[in-house]
Amino acid sequence: MSKTPLQFRHNGREVAIFVDGGTNLLVALRELIGDMTPKFGCGQGGCGTCSVLVDGELYLSCLTLAETVAGRSVETLDSLKQGPNLHPLQRAFADNFAAQCGYCTPGMLMAAKALLDRNPQPSRAEIVEAISGNICRCTGYEPIINAILAASGGRASA
Amino acid sequence: MLELRKDIFADERDDNLKEIGKGTQRQDMLGHVTGTSTYFGDHKLQGMLHLKVVRSTQAHARLRRIDTTDAERSVGVRRIIRGADVPRNLNTLLSLINFGKDDEPSLAVDKVRYKGEPIVAIVADSEREAFEATAKVRIDYEPLPTLFDVEEALKPGAPVVNETYPKNAFIYHDVYDHQRLRFGDADAALATADHVLEQRYQMSPIEHAPTETNGAIAAPDTNGRYVVYTSTQALFFSVDTCAKILDVPSNTFHFIGGTVGGGFGGKVDTLTEPLAILGAMLTGRPVRYVFGREEEMQYGPPRGAERIYIKDGVMRDGRIVARKIRAYFDSGAYTRLSSYAAVKCAAHLPGPYTIPNVYGDVYCVFTNRTPATAMRGFGVTAMDFAIECQMDKLAHLVGMDPMEFRILNAYRDGDMKAHRREAKNTALIECVQVAAEKAKWPIREEFRRASSRKDGGGSRAVIPPTPADSRARPAAPAQQRTTYDRLPPTITREPPREPPPPASPPSPRPTAPSHGAARFSSVFGTRRR
Amino acid sequence: MAVTVKTFASSNEAAAALSSDRAARYLGGGTLVMRALNEGDVSISTVVRTNDQTLTRIDASGPRITLGAGVTFARVLAERDLAFLHAPARSIGGPAVRNMGTVGGNLFAPNPYGDFTVALLALDATVAVQGGFGARDIPIEEFLQSRERQAGTLVLSVSCARPASAEAFRYRKIARIKPKGGSVITLAAHLPISGGRIAGARIALGSMAPTQIRARAAERALEGRILDAATIAAAASAASEGTSPSDNALGSAWYRREIVGVHLRRLLSGQE
Repeated sequence: MSKTPLQFRHNGREVAIFVDGGTNLLVALRELIGDMTPKFGCGQGGCGTCSVLVDGELYLSCLTLAETVAGRSVETLDSLKQGPNLHPLQRAFADNFAAQCGYCTPGMLMAAKALLDRNPQPSRAEIVEAISGNICRCTGYEPIINAILAASGGRASA
Repeated sequence: MLELRKDIFADERDDNLKEIGKGTQRQDMLGHVTGTSTYFGDHKLQGMLHLKVVRSTQAHARLRRIDTTDAERSVGVRRIIRGADVPRNLNTLLSLINFGKDDEPSLAVDKVRYKGEPIVAIVADSEREAFEATAKVRIDYEPLPTLFDVEEALKPGAPVVNETYPKNAFIYHDVYDHQRLRFGDADAALATADHVLEQRYQMSPIEHAPTETNGAIAAPDTNGRYVVYTSTQALFFSVDTCAKILDVPSNTFHFIGGTVGGGFGGKVDTLTEPLAILGAMLTGRPVRYVFGREEEMQYGPPRGAERIYIKDGVMRDGRIVARKIRAYFDSGAYTRLSSYAAVKCAAHLPGPYTIPNVYGDVYCVFTNRTPATAMRGFGVTAMDFAIECQMDKLAHLVGMDPMEFRILNAYRDGDMKAHRREAKNTALIECVQVAAEKAKWPIREEFRRASSRKDGGGSRAVIPPTPADSRARPAAPAQQRTTYDRLPPTITREPPREPPPPASPPSPRPTAPSHGAARFSSVFGTRRR
Repeated sequence: MAVTVKTFASSNEAAAALSSDRAARYLGGGTLVMRALNEGDVSISTVVRTNDQTLTRIDASGPRITLGAGVTFARVLAERDLAFLHAPARSIGGPAVRNMGTVGGNLFAPNPYGDFTVALLALDATVAVQGGFGARDIPIEEFLQSRERQAGTLVLSVSCARPASAEAFRYRKIARIKPKGGSVITLAAHLPISGGRIAGARIALGSMAPTQIRARAAERALEGRILDAATIAAAASAASEGTSPSDNALGSAWYRREIVGVHLRRLLSGQE
């Protein structure tokens, strides 16, 4: 099977891999680079658990042909923590009980980061819109919204 | 936030709670927010193969021929697995506790009983190659008549879904085709009740839709053992099920699970582990079998549908004097855990109310639908939905406030339940009172003063004489429509009104000598001393 | 057979590659083609793509606007001159899908998707395509009717006239989940007014047939009339005429027929 060479920045680090034709970015990240933080939920664009940032924009890695990120910058949840220090969003998610089974959490955090990078003081409605492509089946949306509000300096409702 | 109402039953416990009522961080939270919690799919093994399944396109059909010739020649295929390759190709989950007969193959051989039933498994180098090979499997179906309705399934002459249960109903203890509860004389009480309300309730199957789909990775380990990473919610249950199906001792396996990406009951059926392990046994390589989203939604087991008929007799003063229930739990094509769901359903009758005459029949029925499984209170949830809808309708019928109506009929400490166990530690009255308070729903003083610990027992603790079943019971009940049924008035059928009651006689509660049944010490019963 | 990805510098080359290979699909934003590959669609063995910048161009300055096929919904939303298309663009997916999904791909999105195309159908858009035989413009209605046969052609751009006023163009998507979700039905209406009367009404419906369709009977009920209660009632009662919806998880065909008139009435009378 012919493989295509692919180079891009993964969480600030240059990586070079060979991908099979048709490989999606989720598979490339997980199986070829070993970054297990983005998860497979549906492969259809319906759940958002594979969300990553490509050049700062929120993308679904399962629907992204790996080759299309050549020369671009890909950020996953693995980039958030700085050494032993949690990112304010991670801290807020932990403090506000915004994770239960944890499977949607990587995608939720990336969707939240995409929002706060562009809009540091979002309204509650803007937060709801920003995570509208991410499904949490333990139905913890309220704590998640509160956590994002808290991380942005807004007041989490009780 | 959580509010702990320590004022209720305060004298029954020491006020020394250290954890309850206080927030405690989850021990896995750090892993979750950093994405380092390890799910089954996060294991990357050298030389891993991929397993995909060919599923039935028919809901009910005989398998005339399964042709895998082209698939075997397909690029990247390592192994085709058919029913004959499965050491014990017939199982039922609860056989581990000697409950029920083996009724479900891992891979269908002679017949398929629901759309999506696995027929052939293909192990290949890549997912793409496995998909390509599955497309090349040719299956010759002879369609059979299908059954999708629980009541149709129980009619004489109905097509047989699952030959293990030729009458399309699960058989309990080799004899009984349903769960039965008899307490008092419901028919007699219905005949003298001021009002009778009979309703039909239908609940649809519900998919758990976990964000992580069902899956497993199995790999050969040292000394002939296999390591299995799995999404299972029931690890030891899955180990033993695999040991049975693959006919090896359970210490052949080292199962690793724990972090589950959402389960809600949908990950207890051990659907992926047996074939993943068998694939690893037959190829000597690690094998991954993960449901796609479509497979999870369409063929992953749902909460089973239930159909429930309730016929209640209620007096003008609001006392429910009889409750008669007939319920059908739709198990789908195989038993899985539905036999247990029907037991729970029967055990839940007549709800948390003291009713002197209760009659219940609960069936676990086989149809050509996707087999049902556990989901959050399965067997109880639908029955509760039906009972509480019915409670609102009854309250409306007698012109009572629905909250007060529930308090009036709620069980209290010392009452006799329909299962001939004394009610202990009851708290429905207090729950309703707090709910009313929180909702700012006014209830009258006498109902605010009611207590689960007062006015129970006594005549309410008596087991009434219960007539033996006569064979001739009324058939399918008629529907009574109420204002709750949003139907055009032209279709509304008012049943003949019950004759006006005699001057409010107390419902018959014969003073039989106290029963000799063993007192039930509930696992929840340690709160009250 | 593994999947082969072919990337071309120009849309001409991509179009040629696409038309010469029955197992080839053009990859736009990935929300359709990658999904199909993820789900094991083995009918696709070649993925064609191009880096041609002309496909991502937006021309929104004049009375007629043109959107390159590769323009994403996020870019439509970022363009102030495309305000009339913001409601349909916003109704699609979550932010990630809007960052990826394209105007061209939406023309091929099956039910319960393809909402942006409903808006374009009401606006009488023109689809510029490039096949093996060269480039040509096709009216969107004709394009949709022959959509099954368009897989081998490359959509270059979509263009339409800007509606005369904000009032003249209306859009409404009915979904089970807010703010996101597949379409139960999607409605768009273009109602140009001339001398106080409707002239050239176009009503488009999504999820009411295998492809997006026009509600011609409802259009006839509006044509040449004042948009008053009687006219709206007449259009609403004709809304389901000529439709052929199907059952899916979001709603039954019966339900869709029942509610399409209700929602058309609300759309035309400006109700929320």
